[in-house]
Amino acid sequence: MAPKKKGFDPVAQLNDIEESFELFQILDEEGKIINKNEMPDLSDDDLVEIMTRMVWTRVLDERSTSLNRQGRLGFYAPTAGQEASQIASHYAIEKGDYVLPGYRDVPQLIWHGLPLYKAFLFSRGHFEGNKFPEGVNALSPQIIIGAQFVQTAGVALGLKKREKENVAITYTGDGGTSQGDFYEGINFAGAFKAPAIFVVQNNQYAISTPRSLQTKAKTLAQKGVAAGIPSVQVDGMDALAVYKVTKDARERAIKGEGPTLIETVCYRFGAHTLSGDDPTRYREESEDDEWAKKDPVVRFRKFLESKDLWNEEKEKEVMERAREEVKKAIKEADKATPQSITGLIDLMYDENPSNIKEQYEYYKGKES
Amino acid sequence: MAELTMIQAITEAMKTELKNDEDVLVFGEDVGVNGGVFLATQGLQKEFGVDRVFDTPLAESAIASLGLGLTLEGYRPVIEIQFFGFLFEAMDGIAGQIARHRYRSGASKSTPIVVRAPFGGGVNTPELHADSLEGLMAQTPGLRVVIPSTPTDAKGLLISAIRSNDPVIFLEHMKLYRSFREEVPEEDYEVEIGKASVKREGTDVTLISYGAMVHEAIAAAEALEKEDISAEVIDLRTVSPVDYDTLVTSVEKTNRAVVIQEAQHQAGVGGQVTAELQERAILSLEAPIMRVSAPDTVYPFTAAEKVWLPNKDDIIEKVKDVINF
Repeated sequence: MAPKKKGFDPVAQLNDIEESFELFQILDEEGKIINKNEMPDLSDDDLVEIMTRMVWTRVLDERSTSLNRQGRLGFYAPTAGQEASQIASHYAIEKGDYVLPGYRDVPQLIWHGLPLYKAFLFSRGHFEGNKFPEGVNALSPQIIIGAQFVQTAGVALGLKKREKENVAITYTGDGGTSQGDFYEGINFAGAFKAPAIFVVQNNQYAISTPRSLQTKAKTLAQKGVAAGIPSVQVDGMDALAVYKVTKDARERAIKGEGPTLIETVCYRFGAHTLSGDDPTRYREESEDDEWAKKDPVVRFRKFLESKDLWNEEKEKEVMERAREEVKKAIKEADKATPQSITGLIDLMYDENPSNIKEQYEYYKGKES
Repeated sequence: MAELTMIQAITEAMKTELKNDEDVLVFGEDVGVNGGVFLATQGLQKEFGVDRVFDTPLAESAIASLGLGLTLEGYRPVIEIQFFGFLFEAMDGIAGQIARHRYRSGASKSTPIVVRAPFGGGVNTPELHADSLEGLMAQTPGLRVVIPSTPTDAKGLLISAIRSNDPVIFLEHMKLYRSFREEVPEEDYEVEIGKASVKREGTDVTLISYGAMVHEAIAAAEALEKEDISAEVIDLRTVSPVDYDTLVTSVEKTNRAVVIQEAQHQAGVGGQVTAELQERAILSLEAPIMRVSAPDTVYPFTAAEKVWLPNKDDIIEKVKDVINF
């Protein structure tokens, strides 16, 4: 940054940096392209597939909420409002890439190959939910905020060492960027030039704490500057923009240029989780209404309809299919064998130490 | 066979496994060109290259979790935490992530990680360098916790740890790094994790210890012999899991035991060993099992180390309490 006339001014320098972070958009709220030069290279089929996945995920969110209320699901973190951030970023990565999700990022895991009934088993607290099929390169949803960021640096370094043309992508929220692990993760990945993509879904609230209380920084994206890595703030309710920045990040990573930090500006329409959180305690209805206008599904629908790629019939079809798949998956999840203490003991070690062997025998006696 | 100090034996173990298995990686703060602040990794980067032996940025939490991430591509990280007092920074990485990784994944993933760290008092370090935090690790399910007291054990145990598909916390007492040499086999060999070692046979009382305190216990046993008290000395070598079979066999013979740890008194390895022995061998005991430990204060300012750390005399005193009970 060039010094100002009156000598070096750190305040002006900061202002310059902060102002240089502009919200990247391609679609406006009416689904019109406002940034034609940045249109990503996506076929009509791709566009329809992204829409299909977003609609499917919206239905999953509705059904999960209702199943939770009926007591048929356990822990659940709603996803409505974040479909563009989640689905379009995931659409930009490849099957061989690794996904390290936070607990709200179950949709990306599903689209990465996790069978839906396993996602339900994760929600219910059954270990089978975290036992991923071969070839699903992912970790189970991380509960400790930010821990996945440092792990991602390690996964990406491993990919680099193996000379694979793959990346590791990870997700956290706005609150996650206040954690030490967030800074350590982006810094390590930067220092090792590891092929990582760090996505921050800034949905405006960490449970009840607003984004404004997390940091003095104007954007969360600018935190990447300190780690010396490319960083971008994108409209997280604009699927095309999210896809584009993630795809570019992946290409840089594969070329050996290291990690990227992406802040997706979005909104969680629902509660933090369904475990008793009531957003009316900390959010105004007017705020909800403002964000509802930006709904990623509505916006993308308008865009596709204008291109004659989508209609009500198609949407109904996807919704029906999603409901059917949820029904089937719940039935499948119901078939899981109940967990036993000996079964859980068996998960602890590759080779059981003496204390575990003794305890295994003890519980086996009680269970038989 | 070469005469090696414990730290040289530790370097040998890493060298052996770096040679045997190209998936083994060694990393941490200053372990590369510098060879580690205690020179445990001296020469390893030069021999095996910067791709396999490398420095990391300075952040213990990230160092631990970098290790976890690397296992997904099949690597076997040997991580150095520069001083174990920095464990608190890495606690989520180790206890919250590494220790649970296999369980959390429904046994679909393993965690072949070794976390090495110097610890232990008596060498004039600043605060949070010398603390004995093995109790925190021993209470963490999913880990094994190994603490060698001799060069030969250190090499064999570290090789076993690196070959294990489960995570191992490998704690190296700083006072023992260069305090003595012994002949250490040059070939690669394993010492079984989870097996205690009888260092000295005796008939009147069993002294149970690990780390630097093993040598205090041996010194106490030698002094007691002059007073016609025959003490058996057992080095646990692994504090999680504890080898109760060896302890029970000994206590059935001696009928008395004193458990010695450098760590503070409450809720540690000594308490665990004592509780198990009374469950498993109460009818063999002629006196309560007693403990020698440090007091329940923060690890002391260095000028007070000598009065704070348990020593041979504390052990002798406690043995006499047990004998005269």
